[in-house]
Amino acid sequence: MYRYDAYDQKLVDERVAQFRDQMRRHLAGELSDDEFRPVRLQNGLYIQRHAPMYRISIPYGHLASRQLRKLAYLARTYDKGYVHFTTRQNVQFNWSPLEVIPEMCAELAKVEMHSIQTSGNCIRNFTSDPFAGVAGDEHIDPRPWAEILRQWATFHPEFAYLPRKFKIAVNGATEDRAVIQVHDIGLDLKKNEAGEIGFRILVGGGLGRTPIIGREIESFIPWQHIITYCEAILRVYNRYGRRDNSFKARIKILVSALGIDEFRWQVREEWAHIKDGPNTLTVEEVHRVADFFEDPSYENLLADDAGYHHHIAEDLAFASWVKRNVRAHKKPGYASAVLSLKKPGVAPGDITSDQLDLVADWADRFSFGEARVTHEQNLVLADVKQSELFTLWQLARKAGLATPNIGLLTDIICCPGGDFCSLANAKSIPIAAAIQERFDDLDYLHDIGDIEINISGCMNACGHHHVGHIGILGVDKNGEEWYQVTIGGSQGNSAAIGKVIGPSFARAEMADVISEIIETYIEERHEDELFIDTVRRIGLEPFKARVYAERQPHKKVANV
Amino acid sequence: MSKVIQNGRIVSSDWQIVTVAEGEEAAAVAIPAGRVIVPLAAWLARRDELAARGDVGVWFASNEGPEALAADIARMPVIAVNFPKFVDGRGYSTAVLLRTRYGYTGQLIAFGDVLRQQFNYLSRCGFDTLQPREGRYSDAELDAAVANLNDYTEPYQASVLHPQPMFRRIARAGAKA
Repeated sequence: MYRYDAYDQKLVDERVAQFRDQMRRHLAGELSDDEFRPVRLQNGLYIQRHAPMYRISIPYGHLASRQLRKLAYLARTYDKGYVHFTTRQNVQFNWSPLEVIPEMCAELAKVEMHSIQTSGNCIRNFTSDPFAGVAGDEHIDPRPWAEILRQWATFHPEFAYLPRKFKIAVNGATEDRAVIQVHDIGLDLKKNEAGEIGFRILVGGGLGRTPIIGREIESFIPWQHIITYCEAILRVYNRYGRRDNSFKARIKILVSALGIDEFRWQVREEWAHIKDGPNTLTVEEVHRVADFFEDPSYENLLADDAGYHHHIAEDLAFASWVKRNVRAHKKPGYASAVLSLKKPGVAPGDITSDQLDLVADWADRFSFGEARVTHEQNLVLADVKQSELFTLWQLARKAGLATPNIGLLTDIICCPGGDFCSLANAKSIPIAAAIQERFDDLDYLHDIGDIEINISGCMNACGHHHVGHIGILGVDKNGEEWYQVTIGGSQGNSAAIGKVIGPSFARAEMADVISEIIETYIEERHEDELFIDTVRRIGLEPFKARVYAERQPHKKVANV
Repeated sequence: MSKVIQNGRIVSSDWQIVTVAEGEEAAAVAIPAGRVIVPLAAWLARRDELAARGDVGVWFASNEGPEALAADIARMPVIAVNFPKFVDGRGYSTAVLLRTRYGYTGQLIAFGDVLRQQFNYLSRCGFDTLQPREGRYSDAELDAAVANLNDYTEPYQASVLHPQPMFRRIARAGAKA
């Protein structure tokens, strides 16, 4: 894991000092709300429904045990004893009073954490594969590159007031687990025929109001040039992205308006001036950063631990957890364990301080002191010996963190929604709760198999509803909360935007609607066919027919 | 005379920025005698007349770039960039281009909605003069704001102020240190 040196630490400390002074001036009335707004946003601070929401950066989802403990401490001391992990691998506090935020900032800096650029119209946190470094299908570890780019983007003086927010994700595996196709820039690490490392670059993907899959702008840019190339993209965007309408201000709108070919031409034109300039990466810098991500000191173990297999054979509940929550590891005898934050009755992605402390202890005991956050809002202990999985499971079960539902219907991605967020049109957590309550039979869930339900409380799409196999979007109709359903979205290599099935539903109907969609799938599926594959084969019609058969489409409210 | 921060010191500026009123043609705006900074459109429309004076600079609106002035940049006694709203960040790129691509080494003023929290970024992008809106800061506030130029003392990126990025500027310790 990356560790700060004196220079990283100084920058973060200087930020704390700057923000402390800005908060002081704001509270003293010297900094108006309008002027304070971008300042607080670029420090992760939103003004929300009940209190400020404070978002903390977790670069590419990596957390050390001492950082987990710090989050636990902060939640206990300044908040209500729990935190919320987000779809961009960050973490949010929901109840901290405004004036304590600089103090929280200072506490975070003590453990090499910060909330820099977690909001606002700037380059946001870099996200990546939660199984980076341990996945068998990885060809290049994305973390050193994400860290190098994180440093480039942090306090970048030219790109702090972009037309709109800017999100970058990095993938280095065969299967894309970083959703790079729906980011402003998606970086796909690859090797060319000569075996040299470089990036396939996607641009202009994104969810929100106008969901678009990113377009390929370059099939291969050698690693030395990745900073200058990104800088060229950002400069073209900063100069020519729309600023007259914030709904049309993301880079995807510029790319669509110009067309990818014209946009590529403009970027290359800009890049020609800065290519090979000082921002060209050096071998020394890449090695310096890559050294932080070398494998931990793994033991040489047998590929299959006898005791582990014995427990699987003897204990059905453990076997079911292993089946859903344990992933193969590149090292023989090791595995990655996913701790589910999707226990029915708990808001997806939420975890208490006490649980965070326990996860920190398990990270120290079983996984080289580290944990990761997934964009599906779960936690991962990436390097656990097979022989210790049973013990870990027993502990996690006791702590309510061993729900065996990873990838199943109840592993719902969900934004905080109208319960917390002032942007939301509708609540999302109660929908997740109703669905989880409806599908409480584990055997049925396993029978349904892999399926992703994503819920957003508004079209900003923090819950990534467009790329859910089933997507649910909260909409406002004349002050009432309604829910629009999409089917057929997906993330990963075959990312796709889901299609709306028809008129929206009232909250009370949602569990029924999901049941009807699932029943349709069960009836229609071929043997061993996943939900998404059935949808791709038979299309939307059978689902629509079933859902709307018994249900009169809601009459449109007449325009008076 | 406006109070500005120039090269880290508070000074009075005798450059008069000629602005364009609502409905007025930038090219036809009245240009007084003395040291003035005129809109790009005025310069382009009356280039020969203004260039002969030698005491006329040009300012860019946020949607204008140095391309339009290319041939004249080197002879400008001063260039300014307007920030109509502080959230409009196009001027940062304008400054970077002037300094790194067009070789401009003269005085470069950021004016308009220029706020303390932006001073560090503005100066790193190549502005040597920061001119907050008249009356925005008291004298005491402006004194204190000079310190904001150094909010970040050793930034990661290459910029106009730090032509080399940190990884070329500093030998950093690695994981094994």
